[in-house]
This record gives sequence, structure tokens and C-alpha cells, in this order.
Amino acid sequence: MKILNCPLNGPRNISEFAYGGEVQEMPVPDAELRDWAAYVFIENNTRGLVREWWIHLPTSYWFIAERNTGSNDVVRTYPADELYSERVEFGSND
Amino acid sequence: MTESASHRLPAPAGLYLDRTQSVVLRFEGQQYDAYVGDTIASALLAHRVQIHSRSFKYHRPRSVLTMAGDDAGTFVQFPDIPNVRGDVTAVPDGVEVTGQNYIGSLQRDWLSAVEWVARFLPAGFYYRAFYKPRGAWRFWQALIRRLAGLGKANTAAKEIYSDKQYRFADVAVIGGGPAGMEAALAAADAGAQTVLIDDQPMLGGALNYARFDADGESGHKLRASLIDRVSEHPHIEVLSSAKCSGWFDEQWLAIALANRLLKLRAKSVVIATGSLAQPMVFRNNDLPGVMLGSAAQRLIHLFGVSPGQRAVIATANDDGYGVALDIADSNAQIVTVVDLRHSPSSGPLADAAKARGIPIFPGHTIVEATGKKSVRGVRIAQLEPDGQAGCATIEMACDCVCISVGYSPAAQLVCQTGGKLKYDDATAMLKIEDLADTGSFAAGSVNHRFNIGAVQSDGQYAGSKAAEHAGFEVSSFASEEDPLATEQNHHWPIFPHPKGKDFVDLDEDLTVKDIVNAVADGFEDLELVKRFSTAVMGPSQGRHSAVNTLRIATRAARRETDGVILTTQRPPFSPESIALLAGRSFQPVRHTAMHFRHVEAGAQMMSAGLWLRPAYYGARNAREACIAKEAHAIRTNVGMIDVSTLGKLEIRGADAGEFLERVYTFRYAKQPVGRLRYVLMTDNAGAIIDDGVACRISDRHFYVTATTGGVDGVYRNMLRWNAEWRLDVDITNVTAAYCGVNIAGPSARTALQSVVEDVDLSPEAFPFLGVRDGKVAGIPARLMRVGFVGELGYEIHAPSAGGEALWDALLEAGRDHGIRPVGVEAQRCLRLEKGHIIVGQDTDGLSIPQEVDMAWAVAKKPFFIGQRAIDAQTIRPLFRQLVGFTLPAGSQLPEECNLTLAAGEIVGRVTSIENSAACGRPIGLAYVRPEMTGSGEQFEIKLSDGQCVTAEVAALPFYDPENLRQQL
Repeated sequence: MKILNCPLNGPRNISEFAYGGEVQEMPVPDAELRDWAAYVFIENNTRGLVREWWIHLPTSYWFIAERNTGSNDVVRTYPADELYSERVEFGSND
Repeated sequence: MTESASHRLPAPAGLYLDRTQSVVLRFEGQQYDAYVGDTIASALLAHRVQIHSRSFKYHRPRSVLTMAGDDAGTFVQFPDIPNVRGDVTAVPDGVEVTGQNYIGSLQRDWLSAVEWVARFLPAGFYYRAFYKPRGAWRFWQALIRRLAGLGKANTAAKEIYSDKQYRFADVAVIGGGPAGMEAALAAADAGAQTVLIDDQPMLGGALNYARFDADGESGHKLRASLIDRVSEHPHIEVLSSAKCSGWFDEQWLAIALANRLLKLRAKSVVIATGSLAQPMVFRNNDLPGVMLGSAAQRLIHLFGVSPGQRAVIATANDDGYGVALDIADSNAQIVTVVDLRHSPSSGPLADAAKARGIPIFPGHTIVEATGKKSVRGVRIAQLEPDGQAGCATIEMACDCVCISVGYSPAAQLVCQTGGKLKYDDATAMLKIEDLADTGSFAAGSVNHRFNIGAVQSDGQYAGSKAAEHAGFEVSSFASEEDPLATEQNHHWPIFPHPKGKDFVDLDEDLTVKDIVNAVADGFEDLELVKRFSTAVMGPSQGRHSAVNTLRIATRAARRETDGVILTTQRPPFSPESIALLAGRSFQPVRHTAMHFRHVEAGAQMMSAGLWLRPAYYGARNAREACIAKEAHAIRTNVGMIDVSTLGKLEIRGADAGEFLERVYTFRYAKQPVGRLRYVLMTDNAGAIIDDGVACRISDRHFYVTATTGGVDGVYRNMLRWNAEWRLDVDITNVTAAYCGVNIAGPSARTALQSVVEDVDLSPEAFPFLGVRDGKVAGIPARLMRVGFVGELGYEIHAPSAGGEALWDALLEAGRDHGIRPVGVEAQRCLRLEKGHIIVGQDTDGLSIPQEVDMAWAVAKKPFFIGQRAIDAQTIRPLFRQLVGFTLPAGSQLPEECNLTLAAGEIVGRVTSIENSAACGRPIGLAYVRPEMTGSGEQFEIKLSDGQCVTAEVAALPFYDPENLRQQL
């Protein structure tokens, strides 16, 4: 069974984790429908190094894993704030 | 009454035996005395009982081939377990053991007549012969299954207790032979906590039975010193009789140890699983008495059983002379060696055999074994320069034939780590290639080391590499290729006979011709030969047939053998019982804080996800009446429902309102403190995934409910989005921290009045959709006015520790008002009367808010998850819509998921259905076409029995359409 190195909890069995999809940039709310459709429905399915969302289920901790989808080697795992450090704004709800 | 064991050898032969303790083997109605340590096969052979099983297809008599659990020749039946490997299974004292796959008796199997028609049953015949005319297979299948096969499963067998255990080690070494013990010692010396896994009852591997020098002493000495060092080493744990059946990612090993499956995680692994002696192909090479040389040595040295009085040894290496010497040292009268090599080497074993006067036939081979139920003789012939056997034969009487023509690495676990087995012409052997850098190392004869010195240094090398990989400092070792590797295998120990019965795969009764024909039929690739002929697919998984199949098929296809890659090897390496994989069942069950109050009240409990909830209160045979009474209590007086299983989330922080705006469809930023609002969550595709209510406790604090089954996913989603958005908000799942009771009905307020403190319950002070914090029966509680079942009602959430006290207090407070506890069944009916949808039942993975009349809950605002997808779908016509419907009173009730039809076309399905007392008829929700949603429109529902009923669309809600009652 594979081991995944959780940035919060250290190395744990893969059965303690769930996959959350590829890291993709969400289009702005009024982007073209084509871009939204691609974001919602199309996985790139890249062979090679891919950035993915993973969650450690017992602690509900989301993080990023860089995985080679060809060899299934996880190259690096790190907290999501390494990619997402800025507050995201969509416009005022007031 | 037992007979004496005529073939038992005196001590010291029989390492595994405890001659002070006797057991009785009951086999096929007879009794045989045996010792503790005997296996079923060794006990039978001690009594010269030679037929242990019948073969899969032709029902030929079979017996010991390997004496190592690696073949099907000794498969027997226990009352509860089929296909028991008799050669490695201890005599089960007092258990009735039988043969299997025969009609009549094991001695006289009527089904052996199948052999007479064998020429009509070539490999692959199933695929060709029995498919015409159409449907014929059904008939033939039943017959074939009776005639061919293995043991019988006892479906009434008692459950066997089994469990699982997790283990950890720095280094795991698989195989307790000289390479494995050396590897374990090297790793442990470097400081690594080492587990040594051996499938035998005693460490030693080949040292326990093979002969390494003329007097047979050096093996014993090495064995004793290695075992001493291993057992005294503080860093080594030995697991004996433990079978490692699988290697998985990152050195995770599955090990079967008695009734327990060990899941061992190591930092690195040494695979020292040795090699498998290989058989020779000649006519009748499957007769009882024909066995591998190593099997004869195991019989003598491990079990103290003589393999025969007159033995012929066919060999192509020096180990065959070791076998000859061992048999000569037991009580054999005549031993003859047939050496396939034209000029046998002059190693110490061969020299000793010559010195003992053992007759040797160099450049000869066995071409046929004779005898009916066991071997009575052999015909040998000279080998021609082209490797074929000559025509002139010499006959020799014998009762035992031992084969020593080469080895094949037992590399299945190596293959599971990603390595490949490639045929190597220089050694005429499969060889490990491309062993990936996974932290697994191969050592010993599995790694082409055969000289005992080379085996030891290879073990030390692999052990120190493994320790190094596990992070320990090691001194440098080296391991060099063993020149003796080229002197083990005969390159073509295959001697087809014109009359056949020259078996390549004993499991599946496949002969040389079957393999050649598979290739002739166009299945040239080895993977295809395997699947068409079923070669290597039997119980021994090609341990003794893969190499010869590869040789024959490759030559038949006129290809080079060098570099051919063996077919894929997958776990398990050795058979595992399903019970072992299943282990004990751990199905978690969640109880609400009031669970035992429901049980005491006689509730019938039902599952809701992992939770148990009361379905209704009362006897099973009074189900309908109980549900009706409960529903009636809420509609006319007051009832209370345990809603503790609802998901509960705390959202706190300066951005709490902003966060809810983004994850739910409605508006929350300006929601007043002390009010609650409906929440609807959609996914990125706009499909509804959850609903509940959000209570505003303060500017910076929302208390949000979610569905019982959805809360874990909702919580996970929320955390996921905020990992990206980085809003100032803290999200906590408090589902288990609070219990909940919904008390509803016209008398709810007066009933509650007597137990509530610090909250003014008057409609003016605490209106519909209000939320207040106070105390109920002294317990801190949050009260919410929701329209859960469509009556005046309060949902009370309190710390779970107060659950039973709260339940008791509410029951007591409502006593004078005729309060009743109400279960899930009545709750569902009451909620359906109000037209409330259940997410996941009335919605599916494609349901968007417009389809289920929830467009009102989708606000215009800058952004929420699913917004763009919902927008995109408003510009095109809807495909379906959820509507309420009624059926005439007394109709047969449809089931959920029965289809809805219009003019014979499928237009949707029923999602909810209840017999409503308040409406006096069946009511339900169903998907139909958007143009059919007007009140009074009719459509058909096709029932499970094929009949149709006519339903009529009704406006929602069915009950109290003005929603006045819940706002009282």
C-alpha cells in the first residue's frame, strides 16, 4: 500500500487519504462558457508531473501533491498556501 | 486399526518429526499412524499409499511431486476445506480426510475413462467444441463441471475466526534459507530491526534437506551455526510457518500466519525465496513415484520417509548425485543415475557417487516411465547430438524416479516489485531483469547464486544494502556472479513421446502436443498460449510448467528463447483463504445521545448512513398503525423527533457571511442576527448536493445544518474551497457535539412553555424562522423555528451529554398534551405532505435547482459554486421537472424509481411515495416532462409488476398549501 507524506501528519497509508482532482485555476465568474465547461468537465489527464489536491481524511486537511502519473511517484507534498496565499475576491455581497 | 509404516526411516532422518508423539491420519476410510510433524503426504508415503489425488482433466493418479506445497498432486479434501495441500499440511488428528474429483474411489476412479477419449479433448476444446448449436454450452457446462475439477466447497461450513495485524520493521527478509539468514544477520548487525519470514516450520531452507558435500555434513554445520546466530540476535524476529503472498507499494507485505493476516510495512525488503526445482518432460512423467530430487530429499531428511527401494535419478547437474547419495544412504537397494550430460563434471558429489559404485549412464535420458498406478520402471535412451532421445531404449525396473535437471528462480515476489523474468540462454534459466529501485533486493538462488558460498555472500550483500536503504550505516559488501549458475539447468529436458502423456503442466493435464497445437492455432505469443491452453493457470501457477511451456511455445513459433519475458506475475504468490482476507468485520455504527431511550420505548431501529434512527415505535406487526398514530399526534397535538443525526457546522470569523454567500445559493451577508435561512448547496456543475438551514448567531458566527448523509462531504468541500480562497473564517464540524429534538404540532408551544427558560416563546417575540439561545430543562439549548413537518415547531439543539435529560424533560412536558415520540417513517410522510424534497432521493447527480422548483433559492449575486453552470442551463429549455402527484385512494402503491410514462414513452421516475392520512390518498414526487407540470395533468406510472396506474399532477405542498400552520 502506498504511503503519502501529509504535510500536517507525516507519512500515512494511502487509505487515509482521498483524491480531490487536479489543481486547476477557476475561471472568473463571467468567463466564456467554453472555459467554464473545460474547468468543470475536462480533466487534462496528463502523463507526467501533475499537481493534485489530496485530503487527509481523519484530520480533514487539504494539501497539494505533485505526482508523476506515469510512474505513480509522489515527488512532493506541501500545504495549499504555497499555491494560494492571496485572498480571492469575487465582488461585494453588500 | 492401523498398519505399520513400512517406509519409515530411523532417526536422525526426519528433522520435522517428534517421534515421541503419535497422531492418526484418517484418509479415505483407513487409519494410518503418524508422528507429530508429519504431513498428510509424508504419513501416506510412510505407509506406501501412493495415490493422493486424481488429475484435473484425465483423472490420472497423482502423488508427491515437490513435497513443498508447490503442486496439486497431493490436493485432498477436508470436510470444510477443499484443495488442501497434503504435502505441507500437518496430519489433522481425527479429521476425516478424503481424495477429491473422483467417482467410485481414489484407487478406482471411474472417471479415469475420460483418458480414452483424450484425443478428442485437446487444449482449448471448450472454446470450440461446445458452442454449437446455440445454447449447447448450458448443457455441456454442467457435465464438464462434474467431470473436471478440484475439491468441493462446503457451503454449510462453519465460519473460521480470522483477523489482521499491522507490523512494522526496518528490514523484512522473506525466506529462511542460507541467503535469507545471512541477509537478516547482515541487516540486524547494522542495527536494523529485522523480521525474517519463513514458510517452513524450521529455519534452514535447502540446508535442511539438500546435500552439499560427500559426507553430507557441511550443510548441517552451516545450518546449526546460522540458526544459532539468528535466534540469538536481539534485532531479529523470526516468523516461521508464515507465508508472504504479496508485495505491495512501498514495501508493504501481506503475510499469512495461521488464522491471521499480517500487514507488514518495512523500510526495505530482501527477497530470498530460493528457486524451484524443475521437472522433466517424458511419457508418464506424472506417475506416482516420479518426483523432483528435492522432494525425495525432503521426504528423507524432513519426514524420515523412504522415497523408494529402487531409484533412478535423472540429472543434469551435480545436485542429482547428492540425491543419489541420500537415497543410497537411506535403505534403498539399487540406485542408478541417468546423466543427461555427455561428460558429467567431476565435482565432489559425483566423485563420491562413483566411489560408492552407483551406476551412471552419461549422455542418456529417461524417455518413458511405466506402470499403471505407480511407477514400475523406466525406459532410458541415449541422447543424440541434436539433443533428441535415440530410438533404442534400455528398460530398468524401479519404484522411484527423481528428477534434477535444473531450477527456476522463485521470483514471483520480485516480479511484484516491478522486476521482470527473462529467459537467459547462457544459463538456460529465467533471470531477474530490471529490478526497480524500490528498496527491494533479491538474494540467493532466486538471484542466480547456487554455490553455497556465493549464496551466503549474496545474502550478506543484500542484507547490508537493505539496511543501508533503511537508513543504517553498513560496511561494504560485494556479491559477484556465480559461475556455477551455468551448470544447473539442462537447456532442453523435454522428450516428447509419439504416444503422448508427456505432461508439461500437471495441474491442467497439458502435454507437449497441447502447447504445440496452441501455437499452430495462431496463439504464438506466450500470453496467448497461456490463455488459450490454460498452461500455468492451474493451482501451482506455472511453478513447474512456465519454463517448459516457454521453451516449447517459443521453439514452435520458431523464435529465439533468449530474452523472452515470462508472463505477468500478480499477487497472491501462494493461495490465501478468503476468510483471511475478510478478517473480522468492523462496521462502525453511530448512536444518537437518545439511542437507548428509543430502544427502551420499543422502537424499530433503521440505518441512516452509519447512524441508527427509530423507524417507528412499536411492534413490527403493528407497523402501519404505529406510523399513523405518530403522524396523527403531530398533526393534531404534538410529537417529538430525534434529529440528532443532522449535520451541524459552525462557521465563524469576519468573513463568515461572505463564505456562505460563496458556498450556498441564497443570500446570507445581510441575514439578521436571530434569524435562520434555507441553504442549498450545488456543485460546480450546478447539481444540488445538500441543503439545511443557516442560523445567524452573531455578525461573525453562523450555525449551519446539513443532511445526515451529506455533512461529511459538505464539511470537506468547505475546507477545500477555503484552502483556495483564504477567507477569514473558521469551519468546524460539530455534528457529534450536539443532539437535536424537533418538537412539533399545534400544542408544541404550550408543551414547551413549562421547560424553557430565558426565551420568550410568544409568536411576536419568537416568530417563524427565528433562532434563540436559552435553556430547556436547565440544559443550555438553541431553539430554531423551522417548518420541518409543516406544523408549529421548534428544533432544539443541545450538548449531546444532555440528550437523555432533554428527551425525558420534553416527554414529561408534553405528557398532558398527548405527546408521542415520532420515528423516521412518519417524519418522511409528514415532510412529503409539505412537498419537502430529500436531497439524494428526490434529486440525483444531475438535478439543478430549476428542475425541483428551487429557483427561488438561487440568488443574483457576484458568485457562488455552481452559479455559472446553473445560469448556462437557464438559457435552454428544461429536460424534466419534479412534480407532486396523487393517486386515487386505494391504489396499489408504486415503488421509488418506478418509471413515469406519457403516451408510452418514459418521461421520468417516481422519487418519493407515501400513503398520506392527511390527504386521504397516496401522494408522491416524480420527474416528468416540463410541459406536463400543470395541476390536473395526468401521466402513467409503470409498477414493478408491469401494470400501470394513472397519476395526477398536484400543486405542492399537498397539505396546508398556504403554509399557515407552521407560522402560528
